Amino acid sequence: MLGSFAVLRKQSLLGDAISHAALPGIAISFLITGAKDSNTLLLGALVSGLIGTFWIRGIITKTHLKSDTALGLILSLFFGFGMLLLTFIQKQPNANQAGLDKYLFGQAATLVESDVWMMAIVTGICLFVLLLFWKEFKILLFDKDYAKTLGFNTKTIDILITSFIVLAIVLGLQTVGVVLMSAMLLAPAAAARQWTNSLATMVFLAAIFGAFSGVFGTAISASQNNLSTGPVIVLVAAVFVFISFVFSPSRGLLFKQIRFIKNRRDLQLHKTLSFMYDIAITHDDISHPHEVKILNNFQGYTRGTLKKLVEKNYVTLEGSTWSLTNEGFRSALNLYNQLTKNDE
Amino acid sequence: MSNKIAVQVDDLTVAYNYKPVLWDIDLEIPEGVLMAIVGPNGAGKSTLIKSILGILKPIAGSVTIYGKSYEKQRSLVAYVPQKGSVDWDFPTTALDVVMMGTYGSLGWIKRPRQKQKKAALEALEKVGMLPFKNRQISQLSGGQQQRIFLARALVQDASIYFMDEPFQGVDATTEIAIINILKELRKAGKTVIVVHHDLQTVPEYFDWVTFLNVKKIATGPVKDIFNDDNLTKTYGINYKVSIQE
Repeated sequence: MLGSFAVLRKQSLLGDAISHAALPGIAISFLITGAKDSNTLLLGALVSGLIGTFWIRGIITKTHLKSDTALGLILSLFFGFGMLLLTFIQKQPNANQAGLDKYLFGQAATLVESDVWMMAIVTGICLFVLLLFWKEFKILLFDKDYAKTLGFNTKTIDILITSFIVLAIVLGLQTVGVVLMSAMLLAPAAAARQWTNSLATMVFLAAIFGAFSGVFGTAISASQNNLSTGPVIVLVAAVFVFISFVFSPSRGLLFKQIRFIKNRRDLQLHKTLSFMYDIAITHDDISHPHEVKILNNFQGYTRGTLKKLVEKNYVTLEGSTWSLTNEGFRSALNLYNQLTKNDE
Repeated sequence: MSNKIAVQVDDLTVAYNYKPVLWDIDLEIPEGVLMAIVGPNGAGKSTLIKSILGILKPIAGSVTIYGKSYEKQRSLVAYVPQKGSVDWDFPTTALDVVMMGTYGSLGWIKRPRQKQKKAALEALEKVGMLPFKNRQISQLSGGQQQRIFLARALVQDASIYFMDEPFQGVDATTEIAIINILKELRKAGKTVIVVHHDLQTVPEYFDWVTFLNVKKIATGPVKDIFNDDNLTKTYGINYKVSIQE
């Protein structure tokens, strides 16, 4: 759901960076408390995720570095630090440490009821804030400078969106883990974008896709032995993305190709018709028969197009000659107008 | 045109890094003029508008709108950004974009209602885009997108309009449609400030002009100051060095 905003801000990699940046937070909060309570660990993840995010923003605004450089830098820095801490923890004689690495790839099976409640509550809060500030989020995403001139504090809105993205990521860590979290954030949004041109629908669809991937993924991994949940969920989400890319009616590759071919055919047909029209008007009688051979000089003419024209009743064929029908003449006449009309 | 000053700029200096983009600009824009800001690329035309609107922070200087700071007079000002400044593939419709013009008067959290929608539809009508109200914005032509932006500013129902190259990449029909709307605004007593590139049309479209090239070269009525002397001063060879970015 919140992934929609990340996708639209062209900050898709941010999710990846945040989830990696959360790792040291998990490790540190374990070191401090010595307990494996998931809430405290996630709090640590939240804090370090936020720190990472604001460092990234700082790098982008204060230096000449591009955002992808900043993201890459923070991502590897935090992840490296997190790994270092994890290995350090593993060397410690604390029996409790086993299982911390589940945050790397996630393990939905370890979720307990309180975790689920926690997720539900935070999701509810996200939803509420989203609805409350819908208008502000939208205008910031579309036209930040303009929002500023209207008197909105764009920084506040920006921080609000970013914080919620971080929050969503941190919550998902337990399920799919640091490495795959960004896919969970982006895949549903990318898939949803294919199906709609409305922001509201996009966010809604993304939420549904995300939920379905979660449910399906868990079901599949539960039905088989030795299939870890996180990766399966991500794979299911990827299937959604694939289907959306190919089959979406307006933006999908399949229909685009079909439309492309159809347009070409139509244009060929129109071209041939207008060529015939040019020949036909040189005679008083528009249905005056002409040799098919003349058409061979014309680029783009094929037997197929001639056949189509006959089918459409624009042209009649008699032996090796053709002649324009009244209908064909009329539609050729309208052709130019039609073309400009289609443009609009 | 009255004697009131709509926009006053004092000692405005703006820099991105070390190089000043605007240097010590003093400018008074009288109420009710249709003014062009002209100057070569990199002369700071857009920067001037953005600084007046508080999008950019100046290093020095002040801007007042009818004698008060911009923050206090926000509701009197509308802005048409450059068309290229936004992502037109954003999932939204023409009407939705125009509705954004009402967000400022709505303030935080409150949602647009019927009244706002009606205003947006009227603005669409004015720019001749009503038939396209539900069109996804990526499927609009460049000229249509520009009209949408103009409609969004019209919805704000402001006294002063700032427009950043509204004629950029639009066809002749749209250009005429836009300039007619601008002239109507002036007739209604509004002040319109336009970053403009086509010097040929300045005398025809505008009654006031500001020559800008990092420094202010001249400002005043077109008939008095739109001459070769000022054009050479603004675009002339001597200034080439300082305008390279």
